[in-house]
Amino acid sequence: MTLPPTGDLLRLEDVSVRLGGREILTDVSLRIRPGEFTGLIGPNGAGKTTLLRVILGLQPVTTGEVLLDGAPRPHRDSSIGYVPQKLAIEPDMPLRVRDVVSLGLDGQKFGLRLPSRARRELVSDMLTAVGAQRYADARVGELSGGEQQRVMIAHALISRPKLLLLDEPLANLDISSEQGIVSVLARLARAEDVAVLLSAHDMNPLMPVMDRIVYVAAGRVAVGDADEVVQPEVLSRLYGRHVDVIRVHGRILVVAAPEGVEEVEAAAEDVGIAG
Amino acid sequence: MRYIFEPGFFASGPVHVALAVGAVVAITSAVVGVFTVIRGQSFAGHSLADIATTGGSGAFLVGINQFWGFLAFGAGAAAFMEMIGVQRRRGRDVATGVVLGAALGLAALFLYLGTQSSSTTGASFTILFGSIFVITTSTIPALIASALLALATVVVLARVLLLSSLSSDIAAARGVPVRAVGAAFLMALAVSVALSAVIIGAVLSTALLIGPAATALRLARSPIKAVVTAAVLGVLAVWIGIVLAYDSYYWPPAGRGWPVSFFVVTLVVAGYLLTFLRRRPRRSAPHDSHDPEHACSPA
Repeated sequence: MTLPPTGDLLRLEDVSVRLGGREILTDVSLRIRPGEFTGLIGPNGAGKTTLLRVILGLQPVTTGEVLLDGAPRPHRDSSIGYVPQKLAIEPDMPLRVRDVVSLGLDGQKFGLRLPSRARRELVSDMLTAVGAQRYADARVGELSGGEQQRVMIAHALISRPKLLLLDEPLANLDISSEQGIVSVLARLARAEDVAVLLSAHDMNPLMPVMDRIVYVAAGRVAVGDADEVVQPEVLSRLYGRHVDVIRVHGRILVVAAPEGVEEVEAAAEDVGIAG
Repeated sequence: MRYIFEPGFFASGPVHVALAVGAVVAITSAVVGVFTVIRGQSFAGHSLADIATTGGSGAFLVGINQFWGFLAFGAGAAAFMEMIGVQRRRGRDVATGVVLGAALGLAALFLYLGTQSSSTTGASFTILFGSIFVITTSTIPALIASALLALATVVVLARVLLLSSLSSDIAAARGVPVRAVGAAFLMALAVSVALSAVIIGAVLSTALLIGPAATALRLARSPIKAVVTAAVLGVLAVWIGIVLAYDSYYWPPAGRGWPVSFFVVTLVVAGYLLTFLRRRPRRSAPHDSHDPEHACSPA
């Protein structure tokens, strides 16, 4: 089946993934346009990582199609940059920050390569772009979580992918590192015209920069502008139970109501307590 | 000088062979060792050494050079480990408890039967603890060729191995055949263990594999520097070990030199421990952890 060409960079059509009899993703359809910043939001275990792995070609789909630039991705290559969930890098790993970024250029190739001035400058420029030039000669295993994320973003972007996937890059970061990473990503996405798909369980740090949101719950997705998607009706349908969306001090909280709350609300309405 | 190098050291044929083969094996072990430690496969190296012991003992029993036994059993074990996925924790536990015990049990049987039939009691010692002064000249080409093969494998895979150790998912997403690369590396590891077994013995072979590499990883920051440092340390340990073993011929009990493997392993361990005396240069840590935003203003 061929779909008509569109301006979409990435397109998922009715993707389902079943693993060991369990449905991990159900009829997921979404589109990402070039240069767009998309948040992949949802609770832990909702299927965010599986969805990213499907896009990368690491997880085969049970049904459905994944199209990159209007065609199935022919082979795994560097067209998609990937920053996996928290890496466990030992402090004695003999890789300096600049080595890690350099591996982003051609780490998948066999044989040795000679160092060159051009490569060195390319790596330095990339490190400057993510604000990691200060620790270019430090071992990557000695860095803090936020510093490592910057290095991995540089590693992923140096091969100039059209799409950058990040799996929970903000998990376990303090607030200032979190903001730093988000602003670096937003700036680079615009400057380099890279589409960003970033998974997170908390959407709030991303609200200022997100063009669109893909909300995942129980293996299903809702896609659209944050205002359209983050609504109690939409999310309740997704979760399959009643969910409240609370906006307080400019932050959004998604709260699942306890079991049986529908009946309580109905009863409350009867006596005129709830509006 | 003559207090360090006892008379006849430089004129001795076995010493020449020992120095040359020792250097080649030390370099191979060190280079393969760096990647073994990076990949967290020291355990696999140790398992291969145990199984190589069985191979060496079997070779002795049937009367062929023990190198072929080390090599055949090591390579077979590497293939088997790849099949059962010994990288996984459960696979490791099973392998430790069952397979390695069985392998060493068999080694004990082979050595017992071998010494019974040939009444050469030195053989057990040679297989377990090495024989760098009695390397059979005819195996030297095979030793060198195996070493070059293992080195070439690691050179070809170097970048891919580094990327996979950073994240096997990134490597896979970029088209690296992660599984095949792992299998090829495991083979190089098996060859390296077999070589090391020839010079310092099957039981001690991991010392030469892991020791210089672990020491180098504490000292060097980049992959190239780590590999070069490990190779230099490995060669130094083997060469100084050979000199001391030669000298020890004049030490008590007189007329019976101490084993080379004792010196090599002691030097390797001493080198590793010495790195703990060196204060590690720390980055200016405290303010870095706050990760302030220098490069760009908030969006």
